[in-house]
Amino acid sequence: MVRVAVVGLGKMGLSHHAMINAHKDVQLVAVCDATAYLLDVLNKYTGVKTYSDYALMLKEVELDAVLIATPSRFHADMVRTALEKGVHVFCEKPFVLSVAEAEELTALAQQKNLVNQVGYHCRFVGAFQEVKRLLDAGVIGEVSHVLAEAYGPVVLKPKGSTWRTQRSEGGGCLYDYAAHPINLVNWYFGAPKGVGGTVLNKIFSKDTDDEVYSTLYFDHGKSAQVSVNWSDESFRKMSTKITIQGSAGRIYADRQECQVFLRDDAVIPEGYQTGWNVRYTTELTEPVDFYLRGEEYTAQLDYFVKSIQQSRAENVNSFASAAQTDKVIALMIADAEKGPATLAEGATFEPARKKRGFFGL
Amino acid sequence: MDRLLFGDNQFFGVNHMSEEKARAQAMRFQDTSAIMEVLDIAYDEGIKTFMCTTHERIAEVCDIVREKPERYADFQFYPCMPYAHKYANAMTDYGMMGAIKRFMPDEGFLDAALRGGMSLARKDIEGITTLLIDAEMKMFQDLKTPVIFLQNVVVDLLLGLGFKEAFAIFADHVKKRYNAEPGFITMNLPKLLDVLDELGIENPIVCANINKIGFRVSGGVEAYEDALRNRKFRAIAMSVFASGAIPPKEAIDWVCEQPNIESIVFGASSRGNIRSTRQLVQENWKDAAA
Repeated sequence: MVRVAVVGLGKMGLSHHAMINAHKDVQLVAVCDATAYLLDVLNKYTGVKTYSDYALMLKEVELDAVLIATPSRFHADMVRTALEKGVHVFCEKPFVLSVAEAEELTALAQQKNLVNQVGYHCRFVGAFQEVKRLLDAGVIGEVSHVLAEAYGPVVLKPKGSTWRTQRSEGGGCLYDYAAHPINLVNWYFGAPKGVGGTVLNKIFSKDTDDEVYSTLYFDHGKSAQVSVNWSDESFRKMSTKITIQGSAGRIYADRQECQVFLRDDAVIPEGYQTGWNVRYTTELTEPVDFYLRGEEYTAQLDYFVKSIQQSRAENVNSFASAAQTDKVIALMIADAEKGPATLAEGATFEPARKKRGFFGL
Repeated sequence: MDRLLFGDNQFFGVNHMSEEKARAQAMRFQDTSAIMEVLDIAYDEGIKTFMCTTHERIAEVCDIVREKPERYADFQFYPCMPYAHKYANAMTDYGMMGAIKRFMPDEGFLDAALRGGMSLARKDIEGITTLLIDAEMKMFQDLKTPVIFLQNVVVDLLLGLGFKEAFAIFADHVKKRYNAEPGFITMNLPKLLDVLDELGIENPIVCANINKIGFRVSGGVEAYEDALRNRKFRAIAMSVFASGAIPPKEAIDWVCEQPNIESIVFGASSRGNIRSTRQLVQENWKDAAA
């Protein structure tokens, strides 16, 4: 049995708690959170051992792994402490908030030979995996452009402060939402050579961004457009999508389906034809042992557990791969501050909308 | 229970196979009148049970049904609570405790304060849980609700956490307060049956994915077949078409062949599809829908 503790019992933490506890090869030995009340209720009704002090928990409890789902600003220290204790780590995304720390922790995990995984669950979604398979087979030829999008109804009005509304804490559309499609671009095409035209704009939030747009430049004329907005109520829930244009066709995918248009000169994989092909989640997704909110959430935790059991030297969503995304995010933040690269003649540029008070005053 | 139950995914832009299809339906069913048109068709085709979430749009449907008792003499609701996104969004913004506070009913203030306050103080979930259930049930006042369900997002979260007593609290309150049967929707049938057994909740009504291609049949098709053959529970099959991936006749013939399935919940938005589903089911189960 792999002995696991869950740290941080917010929306993701509680879900992870439920999924990992249901895993047949895992013994959930403790949970840790700042909210004493919640801990008491959980202990009372489920008997789980609870802690409000992370360091104490690591000292007292025999552990093989931790699942870290605290607000992002706590990730770096908690990951470091766990690694130093020789404990495998699964950490929610975004990984950490500084490129230097991302590199330091990647090196530490590798040096200690510990399994390290970040929660970029899109890599466990059947439709996005199908895209990877098709790209690796060169099915649409030479890729020239990628559109990486995510939209959802997270921030629809000005509101009070939580960790998610502060960029310094790892909140905001860039860290929270855009990290997913950016990570997909990294998975399919690696690290960009540079970024340009980055817009980080507030719509309703006071202290962080609500929409993110940017161009990622790759070699040989390849580019990617990032377009993310978490203030879009027309979406019932988060929708992550990717569109890839190649010389021999075009691929579109979201969480549920993969639509592929193949030109006559494309490499036609088995089961596909020239023209339109559509594959749905019903045929692309393996069922899981315990389902909560989506197969991909269980699948990524199961992968983490198996990586520990099999002492996998390299794994999907390693710290190294997550660090790639952290680096792109850092580039985008720096780029956004510059404003337009080329101004129209005689034009001046006002970087941020003047924040109006609540009643337009 | 009726053999055929009408579900509500299509009314709320929920389609587990395709986001594009989901959006088209969200556009079509923006007005409650569009929802009522389809419900009227289903009702007149003999499908008189509406298994629906406690989304605020359903409150409008409830008002319409309540206003015309003769037209809807046999109409029954199977409420499924809570509407998950409402709580997920609130939890993200306010944390677990904050979310719960937001959904406390504001009427019966003294009662709520008493139940809620004491419950909170003793870290006893019974008071809070019953309050939340009552808040969700408000819209169905004076309407027929013979079975009341706990939604799968909550069921499976509690199941995974090992928070078993919550199921017993839910079941007891539904029976006592609403004189209804408790039902449980789950994506993890075998695991849930184990827990309900343990709690002494006998012959429970459980709704789970049961379809020919094993789509989202979590825990394995064999375990489900074994449960249907050997365990005592009242099964409602959902996702029988696997969101559209299985041709209707094939889907229905397969489900109707499985042992011990009492009802099928399905969604549709056209008279053609509603009628053909009813006919396909009646070819297999002679007693389905008048």
